[in-house]
Amino acid sequence: MTLLRAAGLELVRRGRGILRGIGLAADAGEFIAVIGPNGAGKSTLLAALAGLVRPDRGEITLDGRPLRDYAPRELARRRGYLPQNPRCEWPLSVERAVALGLAPLGREDAARVDAVLASCDLGTLRAQPVTTLSGGELARAMLARALVADPELLIVDEPLAGLDPRHAWDAAQRLREYAVDRGRLVIASIHDLNIALRRATRIWALRDGLLLADGPPQHVLHGALLEELFGMMAQLRGVGTSAWVEFAPDGR
Amino acid sequence: MRRVAPLAWLLPLLGALALFSLLPGRAGWLLPWRLTGHDAELARLILWELRLPRLLLALLVGAALGLAGAVLQGLTRNPLAEPGLIGASAGASLGAVIAIYSGLGAAFALAMPLLGLAGALLGTLLTLALGGGGTLSLILAGAAVSGMLLAGTALVLNLAPNPYAAYEISHWMLGSLADRSWDQLGLATPFVLLGMAMLLGTGPSLDALSLGELQAASLGVQLPALRRRVVVGTALAVGAATAVTGTIGFIGLLAPHLVRGAVGHAPRRVLLPAALMGALLLLVADLVARLLPLAQELQLGVLTGLTGSPFFLWLVWRMQRESP
Repeated sequence: MTLLRAAGLELVRRGRGILRGIGLAADAGEFIAVIGPNGAGKSTLLAALAGLVRPDRGEITLDGRPLRDYAPRELARRRGYLPQNPRCEWPLSVERAVALGLAPLGREDAARVDAVLASCDLGTLRAQPVTTLSGGELARAMLARALVADPELLIVDEPLAGLDPRHAWDAAQRLREYAVDRGRLVIASIHDLNIALRRATRIWALRDGLLLADGPPQHVLHGALLEELFGMMAQLRGVGTSAWVEFAPDGR
Repeated sequence: MRRVAPLAWLLPLLGALALFSLLPGRAGWLLPWRLTGHDAELARLILWELRLPRLLLALLVGAALGLAGAVLQGLTRNPLAEPGLIGASAGASLGAVIAIYSGLGAAFALAMPLLGLAGALLGTLLTLALGGGGTLSLILAGAAVSGMLLAGTALVLNLAPNPYAAYEISHWMLGSLADRSWDQLGLATPFVLLGMAMLLGTGPSLDALSLGELQAASLGVQLPALRRRVVVGTALAVGAATAVTGTIGFIGLLAPHLVRGAVGHAPRRVLLPAALMGALLLLVADLVARLLPLAQELQLGVLTGLTGSPFFLWLVWRMQRESP
């Protein structure tokens, strides 16, 4: 059965259609990159899929059951969510901040926290107050916070924003492994198209609240779609797994 | 490097100070052997009717203020938040002042606490109705409602028919634990304890809120229900307390700060120590008020205001330095 399914999603805010009839379906084992220009509706779509924003029309089901039928706590156990620029407002230690992700389970679990700290390369920072971390370290700590409860469905809004190239590729690799190797569904909005192309198993391309393309990166990411999405000349260079996206700001 | 849990030293210190606080007062030092001496009857009367209710009131009110401060700071994620913020204190003042003004308070002893409690509930419900949409709007609505209720209190003061009523009102507003009866304590206690129980239960949600409202919601926290619980719990605890003692500022602001570092900043772990610290602070303030050799006993609100505002300024200064 399909893990996550949405049909006819519509959402209007201040007379503007943010989501305009979106239908999609996704399954465990997929790492889906949501791409599109600023204001395309990516964040709203992710928040709606996470059950945090209720669409005006349409229905979302998780495991065949409408999202709105889940109790908040039950949903929290099955789906992890990380908003854009997540932060922690008190100077908690990294370890305690990460452990907050276990809240829906209602119990502490030191072994899980240790494991996720190690896998996110945070072992040496565990006692440090989160408010003193660098931007990249904080992003890693927050990702660990979202991973610690081991949700079946993980939705992350721009997890790579503000990361240097190495940490961005690392984080994308971590998300891919979480999806593919552990059999989870990961949906992330990503601006770096090369990372989306090489690491995601599938692309959702969004513009003006419409889903313009849905499919494997190599099939979907081509010059015509990129021009339509971003209003800028672009093309795919190279072939297969070593292909890359190139924009031409001054024309060809 | 584990720091000593604050409860380990707060509890013994509080116990020792509580016992000591039974000794001094306007009716003279109550040393233990007086309880068996030739005026034992009088000594027991002083202990039972004056010192003991005063001690229990200090513990109860201080704990309520400290806990409410800790919960409000956790909810708003703002270290400057305190119980006066959401209209509870101002509402309680208005209610109590109306009781004095109308003469109800003199005719019927429980009128003041009851009207104070009603005022606190009115203030917090107004705040919740106007600013229920988000934490920031809650704070702004609280400031507006407090301003309105304080203006109402000033109006009552302005219209007071005789200078004696005006004096009594302004004196009451300064806050004090002196000469409160068992009846007043008994009436306030259930409301304060109920409010505190509601507030203590918010711990896990406040912890999740450290990550911001969106992440907290994604972790299963129901924010509107949490806000309602905090506001009603604060109204009960602080409203009932204020109705008996008058407004006592800064305890709710200070207490959480003094224990936060020692428990590693997690909002849930701050709650209980902040309640004990609040009780300790109020007990110390009341002891100082009693022991200062002045012709007229210093009012508690004056004392906490005098010592609390420099701390508040230091806090603002430190925050500015940290985030310019």
